[in-house]
This record gives sequence, structure tokens and C-alpha cells, in this order.
Amino acid sequence: MKFDEFRDNDSLELFKKPGGNILLTTIDDIIDWGRSNSIWPLTFATSCCGIEMMATGASRHDFARFGIEVYRASPRQADVIVVAGTIVRKMAPVLKRLYDQMSEPKYVIAMGACAVSGGPFYYNSYSVVRGVEEVIPVDVYIPGCPPRPEALLYGVMQLQRKIKLETMSDPRTADTQRPKKEIDPETDFNNYQFGIR
Amino acid sequence: MTNDQLKEKITAIEPEAVFSENKQYLTLSIPKEKLFAFAEKLKGSEALKFDFLFNITGVDRQKSLEVVYHLDSSVYRHVLVVKTETTDRENPRIDSVCSIWHTAEFHEREVFELFGIKFNNHPDLRRLLLEDDHVGYPFRKDYVDDNIVQR
Ligand code: SF4
Repeated sequence: MKFDEFRDNDSLELFKKPGGNILLTTIDDIIDWGRSNSIWPLTFATSCCGIEMMATGASRHDFARFGIEVYRASPRQADVIVVAGTIVRKMAPVLKRLYDQMSEPKYVIAMGACAVSGGPFYYNSYSVVRGVEEVIPVDVYIPGCPPRPEALLYGVMQLQRKIKLETMSDPRTADTQRPKKEIDPETDFNNYQFGIR
Repeated sequence: MTNDQLKEKITAIEPEAVFSENKQYLTLSIPKEKLFAFAEKLKGSEALKFDFLFNITGVDRQKSLEVVYHLDSSVYRHVLVVKTETTDRENPRIDSVCSIWHTAEFHEREVFELFGIKFNNHPDLRRLLLEDDHVGYPFRKDYVDDNIVQR
């Protein structure tokens, strides 16, 4: 959605969906309801934020209340990849490959300052990728170093709201409205092959 | 064994060792040519028995490159720090201690990739943590990289 149209989080769910007839929108609603309440995350954590993600999954905060249920160890069974932690240049192609292996529809949550922008390692670092969006497209950014479990839960709920906006005619409303980044093929990790850059 | 007793014993086997004062651990430096033979003695000697190498560090002293070995004896529980350095920045070479302490293999690979110090007789001197095509040695003071955002 456009930035100006944003009012508050709750009104997001009432956001008018574009077009569609009664039958399709009803089916859309059912599909979105199902999808948004059963997003399975990939077991993927690269550093300290991962600990916080585990804490969110554990009994005190309990992810599963929101449907972001079981951690899947295989990208092919996962719906969302929570990039929890620092992504270094050596890890970037691996992350890209994991993302490519996930089946559509797939979502990305960038958790923590490192995944958002490189965070504490933005300056003077020879190895850290400055933000995971250089490698894969991101749906939800969660700031913090590390974000508290509540913040992650809030991020997950934002993702659920985003999913609820999807329609069949426009499967990834979120994705298509994201501003396209100018990509330099020389440095782009999407063109990164294993071992060869 | 106190540091002074340890110092006496070490001076007995290697008179050329230069000790530094007022350190937590007994610290000495040794010319790099002597390092390997000295290390063998440290491990082999019945009175010293330094059987565990717990850390190898590289240090860039600008004029020279230094390698620091932290040794520990699981029998006597004493600790020793051995330093050695090379002034050659273009092609620094130091003898590997892999054949004495096997754990040195990974430590030396790390020092190699971050400081560019090559270890003679190392069985498998490859990069450890960085990408395979990384250019330069990031922990050197004069390292430059286009990817770095300076602050
Ligand atoms: S954002 Fe902070 S807590 Fe999270 S991975 Fe980076 S350094 Fe660790």
C-alpha cells in the first residue's frame, strides 16, 4: 500500500481490495485467512537475533498463538524466512539460494538492525552485507538490536495483515507495490554464483 | 609453578628468549627461526609439558607482523605466551606448529586469511572464514576495500 494511505494498523485489515467480484473476493478472504494464520518459518538464524527468535518461539511468548507455527528445517516447506542476524558476504549466496528454494507464496521478515541495514556493522566492516534487501526482497522490517520478542510478534502480525490484502488477481499486493530498487549487476547478489562473483 | 620458576626453566632450554615484564602470563619473544625447535621443546620437556595450544593471534605492528601463541599445560596448569615476529610485510613467513599441536591448523588458517602470514609446512593453508575470492588481508592496518564505509 502507498505510504499516504496508511492510517493505523487496524485499518489495514479494512483496506479496500482492488476489483474482483463477490465470489472471488470471498474465496480470497478464505485463502488469505488460512494463509495468514499458518505461516511456517524457516529455521534460519545467523547470530544473536536468532536467540531472540527462539525465545519468541518458546513457551513464554509463544509464536504459535499467532499461527506462525512450527519451524521448518526445509525451505521447501516454509512460508516465511525470518532473517534473524547478521548476513555476511559469504552467507549471502546461501541465503539467496534458500530463498529461491522456498515455494511461493513466500515472505521475508528482516529482523534486527543487521538484517535491516547492516546495523552495528554498517561502518568499517569488510564482510557484512548492508541490509538483507541487497540479497532478497523484504516484506517486514523489524528494528532493534535485538528486537524484543514483542517486536517480532508485532512484525509477524504486520505480515499477516499484509497477507490479508492479497487477492487472486494480484497475488502479492505487497510485492508489486514495493518500489523497485535500481540494481547494479556488478555488485548484485542475485547474480552471485557460488564461488564466482 | 610460579612465573619465576617457569622463567628459570625456560631460560635453561632457550637462553635467547626475551621476557616481558608485568604481564598476567609469562610472556616471551623469540626469533622466528628458533620458534619451531623451541615449541617442540616446550611440549616435549618433562618439566614443562605445554600440551595445549589454546590460541594463536596475529598482530599488525605496522613495522612488523607478530604472531602470538598461548600455551597451557593440562598437567601443571601453567600458561605461557610466546611471541614471534617478521618484518617482511610482502611475503611474511613463519614456521607452522601444526605438527606439534594439531589445533594450530585452524588457528593458522585464520591468521593467514586475516593477516596474510604464510605458515611454512602447513598441511592445508586455505581461507577459513572469508569468501574464497576475497582480496587482501582485512586485519592489516593498511587494508583498503571499496566495500567499506568509513566513519
Ligand atoms: S541486530 Fe544486534 S542482536 Fe541482531 S544480529 Fe545484529 S548485532 Fe545481533
